[in-house]
Amino acid sequence: MLQGEHGPALQLAMRIVSRMAPLYGATTLLPVTRAHIDGVILSGSAGLEFAEKLADLRGQVSVPTTLNVMSMDRERWRDWGQDPEFASRAHRLGQAYQRMGARPTFTCAPYQIADAPTFGEQIAWSESNAVAFANSVIGARTNRYGDYLDICCALTGRVPAAGLHLDEPRLATVVLELERFPSALVERDDFYPILGYLIGSLVESEIAVITGLETRPSSDLLKSLTAAAASSGSVALVHIAGVTPEAQTSVEALGGRPPVRTRTVSLTDLREARAKLSTAPGTDLDVVAFGSPHCSLAECRALAGLMAGHRASPTVDVFITTSRAVRDLLARSGDLATLERFGARVTADTCIVVAPLVRIGARVLMTNSAKYAHYGPGLLGVDSVFATTEACVASAIAGEVCRDDGPWAT
Amino acid sequence: MGHIVTFQTQTVLSGEVFGEALAADAPLSFWGGIDPDTGEIIDRRHPLSGSNVAGRVLVIPFGRGSCSGSGILLESIRNGTAPVAIVTSHIDQIISLGAILGDELYGTYPVVLVMAKEDRLQISTGDMVAIGANGLARITPAGGV
Repeated sequence: MLQGEHGPALQLAMRIVSRMAPLYGATTLLPVTRAHIDGVILSGSAGLEFAEKLADLRGQVSVPTTLNVMSMDRERWRDWGQDPEFASRAHRLGQAYQRMGARPTFTCAPYQIADAPTFGEQIAWSESNAVAFANSVIGARTNRYGDYLDICCALTGRVPAAGLHLDEPRLATVVLELERFPSALVERDDFYPILGYLIGSLVESEIAVITGLETRPSSDLLKSLTAAAASSGSVALVHIAGVTPEAQTSVEALGGRPPVRTRTVSLTDLREARAKLSTAPGTDLDVVAFGSPHCSLAECRALAGLMAGHRASPTVDVFITTSRAVRDLLARSGDLATLERFGARVTADTCIVVAPLVRIGARVLMTNSAKYAHYGPGLLGVDSVFATTEACVASAIAGEVCRDDGPWAT
Repeated sequence: MGHIVTFQTQTVLSGEVFGEALAADAPLSFWGGIDPDTGEIIDRRHPLSGSNVAGRVLVIPFGRGSCSGSGILLESIRNGTAPVAIVTSHIDQIISLGAILGDELYGTYPVVLVMAKEDRLQISTGDMVAIGANGLARITPAGGV
């Protein structure tokens, strides 16, 4: 490939992968079976120029490749007031990747679509939450591939043979021992993102195994945990004893070795992590958002159940961000109409932190997503309120923040 | 008054450059940390917040955070607002990737060096740094010798 016998796009991609390999500590490359591309988010001009260059050179992905969220809703961007010039550049970027053979999935939860990776599969994924979910919950193997190494791996079908692709670096060295928490706490849907957010702040590049979790959370709850851990820190893999596939027991996750350190996780730790997720002290409310990572069909249906027969306050903008695949199913089942009667904007392909969807001047964002709550202040200039799904819906109806501290109250 | 000191560094991307140091012992994320249109450091919690990296020798322990940092560095290289060199104390894959992409796409890149922590801490903002192709870095203290 390096000699250009397979064309100039592959030659360029291979040169970049090969130059990066020693920086990962790899002496060889290994083949992957699929890729997920984050470079499809529009930011500036370099990313667009690179993608169009590779596509113009007739680059073609050599493995099945999915695309992350893009910066527009392809079908309904006009309804959401997106700027036509911005939308046109976002569209060009999406097209460049599609010309290279990537599937137009446009979702940050590529593990929840048909044909997700399986246990042990070597993959080249980007998007921090997707990497954390794939490694932790599925047991597929990937490092975090930055812009724009992801497309180079997709074109070549190769990654540096290092890090989380190998056995040993996947073993836990840290044990995070949960104290026994009241079941009223563990049953709340804000428990898992708060736990994840705490984990991200407790480990840096270390691999941790969580022990003492006595429930088996759903895929959607695990998604909220891993996404939160990848927001507050750079967690790419976290094991949960008795839950995730490489941690049937904590001993297995540790590879039979003693941990380098053990840290107890108390209710006080969780309360502190929860407090960090909310930066708005008052009751003013402008925006309520669900769906980072993208809402699954089940999550949208649960929202439809809570929203049916109610209307959001006219002073609050409600966003549900999901994939086109899910929105199309919601349209067929009638749930989309229910959500829209409530006043929710159900956007597809994109989300509120990668496209300018939130109105200028909005000051307070309430969300059940730790990732939205974390990035809101920096990327949108809003204050955040993090809460349960039910409290978010109730607040949208009331037009002001209704907190539901429940067992979190001290 | 200081005196000129010379350090041997490990070169990740080598080149001969000369510039004024911008140094802090705090990691910096390019994504959300640097405005690629202007070169300004916009991470308000960073000690160099408000400084401009364009044309400078940026000296930090390592890059922090998001994988999108390489895209931001590439955008800075394209816009001519990137540092001339970036010195860290261990190999930073995201910074290196952005610089390699700059080389491959625009034929220009910041020199990327790895320097032992005790050496790096001797460089202060305002020092003049001359880097040779062999990775030798000569530091002339601010205000001359």
